[in-house]
Amino acid sequence: MTNVSVNVHHLTRVEGHGNIIVDVRNGELKECRLEIVESPRFFEAMLLGKPYQQASHITSRICGICAVGHATTSLRTSERALGVEPSQQTVLLRKLNFFGEIIDSHVLHTYMLVAPDFFGVGSVIPLAKTHTDVVLRALRIKKLSGDLCAMIGGRHTHPIALCVGGFTHLPNESELRAMRKRLVDARRDMDETVALFKTLDWPQFERETEYVSLTKSDEYAFIDGQIKTSDGFLYDLDAYRQVTNEKIVPHSTAKHASHNRESYMVGALARVNNNFDQLHPQAKDAAAQLGLEPICYNSFLNSAAQIVEMVHSVEESIRTIDELLARGIKPEEPVEVEVKECTGVGSCDVPRGILFHDYEIGDDGLITGANCVIPTGQNYANMEADMRALVPQILDRPEPEITLMMEMLIRAYDPCISCSTHFLEVEFVG
Amino acid sequence: MSRPKVAFFDFTSCEGCQLTVLDALQTHPELLDAVEIVQFREAMSEKGEDYLIAFVEGSLARPADEERLRGIREKAGILVALGSCAHIGGVNAIRNRQPLEKVRKHVYGEKWEWFDAYEARPASAAVKVDFFIPGCPIDRSEFLEVVTALLLGRQPKIRDYPLCVECKLKENVCLYDKGKSCLGPIIRAGCGAICPTYGDGCEGCRGLITNPNINAAEDVLKEHGLSVKEIMAQMDMFGTYQMMEMEGVGHD
Ligand code: SF4
Ligand code: SF4
Ligand code: SF4
Repeated sequence: MTNVSVNVHHLTRVEGHGNIIVDVRNGELKECRLEIVESPRFFEAMLLGKPYQQASHITSRICGICAVGHATTSLRTSERALGVEPSQQTVLLRKLNFFGEIIDSHVLHTYMLVAPDFFGVGSVIPLAKTHTDVVLRALRIKKLSGDLCAMIGGRHTHPIALCVGGFTHLPNESELRAMRKRLVDARRDMDETVALFKTLDWPQFERETEYVSLTKSDEYAFIDGQIKTSDGFLYDLDAYRQVTNEKIVPHSTAKHASHNRESYMVGALARVNNNFDQLHPQAKDAAAQLGLEPICYNSFLNSAAQIVEMVHSVEESIRTIDELLARGIKPEEPVEVEVKECTGVGSCDVPRGILFHDYEIGDDGLITGANCVIPTGQNYANMEADMRALVPQILDRPEPEITLMMEMLIRAYDPCISCSTHFLEVEFVG
Repeated sequence: MSRPKVAFFDFTSCEGCQLTVLDALQTHPELLDAVEIVQFREAMSEKGEDYLIAFVEGSLARPADEERLRGIREKAGILVALGSCAHIGGVNAIRNRQPLEKVRKHVYGEKWEWFDAYEARPASAAVKVDFFIPGCPIDRSEFLEVVTALLLGRQPKIRDYPLCVECKLKENVCLYDKGKSCLGPIIRAGCGAICPTYGDGCEGCRGLITNPNINAAEDVLKEHGLSVKEIMAQMDMFGTYQMMEMEGVGHD
């Protein structure tokens, strides 16, 4: 009879603070959960009484890694509420900035946070000595994506120039051309990234679940669109609450989300599963090499899906820059806004999954109500369901190995606990 | 000679300052030879409890945070507040203007009492902070300057003059001339006036200069007919904690 007790306090190499608790007595799973120990953030309350123009700068501070994603979602929420139509140039520049953040976040996660597990080390730092080329490549990609974000937003994280209706500062054409060249050079790094990650042994594990992402008819969706689920549902953004159904669950530390099943998953794997056909051909090729085929039910392959999206984002960034250069960068002021009492929902599929902001704005332009549903919050229930399914399959292994597998599973989700605006802390019952 | 041991800790934050540290390590890998990082939860699994310099990111947001910070303070020879959240309370303190119970109920409804929270505050509200690196996020080169100074046993120098000085060196058109507002005249320089350079008014993430009434950018204020008081009233993004302290509103 097996007794296993895993208690990982302050899970490392994830954003924010989480604990994994697994308790098996006499071969029976007694306890299996992910505890969130981060202190509360209260961003929704912080927005109350603030002018809508400030909302993107405030919500950007929910997460330093998804700052562009939060800022863009916030801008789209205010714009949809106020009826503002940004120009085509704005749309293209925002997309480009977004690709930068996708690459930035995914390279951080796959190379710096996930890869050490496969190399059997505690961080990326020892890899600098043993696998110098791998680390240097990661740093190169990281620098490129950070610079891409800074070219548009003004700095790597917490963008400055993005505002409701457009931009307060525009990149010039020579900056765009220089960036294009670096992106073209990065294709080689992408090839080598795929080559590296296809040698890694992803744990064999499958559990059927529902995948939720944005979708658009004309492109692989990151900004705007409709909500699509792999169980065949399609909703307009305004109906987001029908999907997220946030519940406060007593046994858990976080508000849990569920739609058609006990849980659903958001993030790169969900997007690749739902919108595979719209990936750039180069990205589809990467998926084939990594053994990622829709629909894939192995959560560990979320990291592979992130690599696929990095390839996609490099290619699409080049394409977007070409389009911007062909049009020429036009000096333009942000679209004028007519302030009125209004409400609106905005959504982006940020690196870690679909994100919703929902604002009520008063006739004085001040926010009177706000709700943010972040990706990691939506994934908690699915993480726990995966944990419950995985533990019995690996019970015969030594405890340290089980612990590592659980950590790897949770890390595969790339959880951003620090941005969990919705979670609760409960007493440890052990 | 053994390398000085350094540890990073985070409280309520977006971790953007730690990310900026990671960026700095990427561009200056020689730092990794100069110090030994014993804790950096965001980037590594190892956890060492013996350290000379503790970098603390984030605000205190609940009573239990103070205990943890005191433990860090006891072990650390030097404690550095990293970024706006730890330095002045940052965005987290925005909610301090509203009654705490209302804030908690707004986000968590009926279950608001399930977890603990108090008014958000900077590290210095609970322990002695030896140095701070301002900004939201911190400035990469300023971080490197501070670390270098500490390693050489020098006092890090953090600028204490108004942002307008840097902004003028950049030859930016003043935002007040474009009909926008900006906290530059009373905010600490050191970021290269990055927000005005990108067309947006300074929101004050680096905190007030010492004695703004005396040290503010007099010329800019005069030119645009502004008063220190008027500008200070707009410090509602990062400066809520500082403002409430000055107004004498208690935080308990
Ligand atoms: S100061 Fe700003 S960037 Fe740094 S942790 Fe706080 S919110 Fe994030
Ligand atoms: S007020 Fe702002 S924009 Fe004007 S000079 Fe000072 S820092 Fe620059
Ligand atoms: S300009 Fe102001 S808000 Fe912007 S980084 Fe500098 S101090 Fe912070």
